[in-house]
Amino acid sequence: MAENLPSPGEQVVIAKPALQSVFKALDSAGYTLIAPVLRNEAIIYDEVSSVDELPIGWTAETGPGHYRLEQRGDESFFGFPAGPSTWKGYLYPSRLKLFSVSKNGGGYQTVPNQDVSPSYAFIGVRACELAAIAIQDRVFIEGPFQDPHYEARREKAFILAVNCTEPGETCFCASMGAGPRCTQAFDLALTELRDAFVIEIGSPLGARMLLDVEWSFAGALELGRADQKITDAENQMGRTLDTSDLPGLLYDNLEHPRWDDVAERCLSCTNCTLVCPTCFCSDMKDISDLTGANTERVRVWDSCFNPDFSYVHGGHLRPNIRARYRQWLTHKLASWIDQFGTSGCVGCGRCITWCPVGIDLTEEIAAIRDEA
Amino acid sequence: MATKQSTLQHIPTISLDPMLPHWAAIAKIQDETPGVATYALEFQDLAFRTAYSFLPGQFNMLYLPGIGEVAISISSDPETPHELLHTIRVAGNVTQAIERLKVGDQIGVRGPYGSAWPVEVARGEDLIFVAGGIGLAPLRPAIYHVIRHRAEYGKITILAGARSPEDMLYHDEFDAWREHDIEVIPTVDRADESWQGRVGVVPMLFYSLRPDPRNTTVFTCGPEIMMRFVAYEAMARRIPTERVFVSLERNMKCAVGFCGHCQYGPTFLCKEGPVLSFAQIEPFYNVEEF
Ligand SMILES: Cc1cc2nc3c(=O)[nH]c(=O)nc-3n(C[C@H](O)[C@H](O)[C@H](O)COP(=O)(O)OP(=O)(O)OC[C@H]3O[C@@H](n4cnc5c(N)ncnc54)[C@H](O)[C@@H]3O)c2cc1C
Ligand code: SF4
Ligand code: SF4
Repeated sequence: MAENLPSPGEQVVIAKPALQSVFKALDSAGYTLIAPVLRNEAIIYDEVSSVDELPIGWTAETGPGHYRLEQRGDESFFGFPAGPSTWKGYLYPSRLKLFSVSKNGGGYQTVPNQDVSPSYAFIGVRACELAAIAIQDRVFIEGPFQDPHYEARREKAFILAVNCTEPGETCFCASMGAGPRCTQAFDLALTELRDAFVIEIGSPLGARMLLDVEWSFAGALELGRADQKITDAENQMGRTLDTSDLPGLLYDNLEHPRWDDVAERCLSCTNCTLVCPTCFCSDMKDISDLTGANTERVRVWDSCFNPDFSYVHGGHLRPNIRARYRQWLTHKLASWIDQFGTSGCVGCGRCITWCPVGIDLTEEIAAIRDEA
Repeated sequence: MATKQSTLQHIPTISLDPMLPHWAAIAKIQDETPGVATYALEFQDLAFRTAYSFLPGQFNMLYLPGIGEVAISISSDPETPHELLHTIRVAGNVTQAIERLKVGDQIGVRGPYGSAWPVEVARGEDLIFVAGGIGLAPLRPAIYHVIRHRAEYGKITILAGARSPEDMLYHDEFDAWREHDIEVIPTVDRADESWQGRVGVVPMLFYSLRPDPRNTTVFTCGPEIMMRFVAYEAMARRIPTERVFVSLERNMKCAVGFCGHCQYGPTFLCKEGPVLSFAQIEPFYNVEEF
């Protein structure tokens, strides 16, 4: 069959209902589709098979320690800011068996976890989330060691990105240079107009998902409208962060009184690290059966807000919340740059929205800068 | 979750999981001081045993299924890597379980990991080793190295501190080291009648040294407070902080830069550390609970 498909870099237009054919194509290609859905009064990511499951017509009002669903009064498919879920939960599961060990005579036998890793198609990945995935790539793939579980999931993943046209009250991706426009590593990137999607082709694989879709090349009018929507979003960021010399600012202010101030408010609940799309810390646990002959070694998410995180024999090195919050923020915005050549924050605002006491890192930085 | 098969997807490359242990048998156990013993380990996989090599100051992760995994420095000669030794002090769960093991029992090993004492960079210079307690274990491979290449180094001094005479690690090797024109000066916090050496904390031993600041490198490992004073004594003698090397300890779960536990400001102690120059850590060393 002669295939008439657009090429990477080209932009096409499809009618909104035609997105269902893209879903179908992904499904027949063997992907498990993960997309935003309404669950438990929030927009989270879960398995879907149809576009009807998207939170069409819904948005969320966000603020420090605040998240509330609202009807939009229109039929937007992607008219909401990021919720509490992250794609990290799929690429780097919160709990993963690494291997199992059984006693074998006087010794042991190891069986690696060779489960075939799932093939995910991520639907509706925002620019900040693409940036977050690129950051985790540096941690798990691009360093001296590779995590084969992350790597397999990552390489298989199909990414249908969405240019953000609806930044939330806690968003500041523009300050972090991470959004709202999708510029990296996607298979397809869509911009939602009132009655159509403009789709940028990111890869030949992405183009093939349009095989059964009626598409036409985007004209100047559609491209102009799409571009305007993204530019508007950029100008509507709920927050900003002055990123100039953040490492210098933080390293020079490790004893700033603001750390005492934030320690009074922070509950050390770990929420911020769990919802953050870049936080990667983990712990290892052994789970043995009753005989003790068989053990599974499991990796679980950990948080620098857990007191045990810094345990060495003889005591905890960061017993106080002041030191833990300082570790978290200094890692995110300063030492991450030394370690991975990029900030650890993409400005998605999740840590602000999902902090039970509404601690806002942009405010903490501003306070340190003002009184530095 | 079930995965459907497809030919259309990106093709993943399969690589070996760095979290998988290699099994080694305990070939020998030598009691050292109260609560400290040295374990000779022999990898079961012959090919792995033959290929294994390490640098002085590097460490392994030792794993007991169902109990846990701990970072332990390699304490043997890097030029005989098949005679792999670890000197372990009993602390908590895992080290207590290791203490109960017998010759022939198996243990999981991953490594070697981390940075090394820069023995090559220090060539041609005078060297001062400063150890506190178990801190002599990670220094011993570097000591073996300079003994093997004695002519390449200038004056070599080893300052070794312990709480009491019976806690002095490797003391029966000191005379052998001295035969290689190495000055070994032991000191204890609390002496008994038999003790003929110095009494007092290790950094005080610096008072009797006249190091040449242009030509001296210091390697130190021990409690952080001790290493801090060693660095200050070195600085007081104008030895640049770039030439004072410390080995740091932090909680470590993976040793391959994934788990995040061993961060020390800009560094991961499992990658850029555990051996770092004092110049690298100076901005953070006095920050409380850092
Ligand atoms: C790079 C490095 C080299 C080391 N070399 C040696 C050595 O040569 N000999 C020796 O006796 N000890 C060494 N240690 C310290 C040794 O790792 C701890 O004594 C050991 O982890 C204690 O474990 P445990 O289960 O017995 O104690 P617990 O108190 O039960 O500790 C529970 C867990 O916390 C973690 N943990 C506790 N203390 C430490 C620590 N100090 N460092 C890192 N993780 C810790 C471990 O995961 C441990 O399993 C080294 C530590 C590091 C980081
Ligand atoms: S630190 Fe907060 S705003 Fe930045 S990426 Fe993480 S969750 Fe998003
Ligand atoms: S900053 Fe907020 S979310 Fe993070 S640990 Fe503290 S209270 Fe929890």
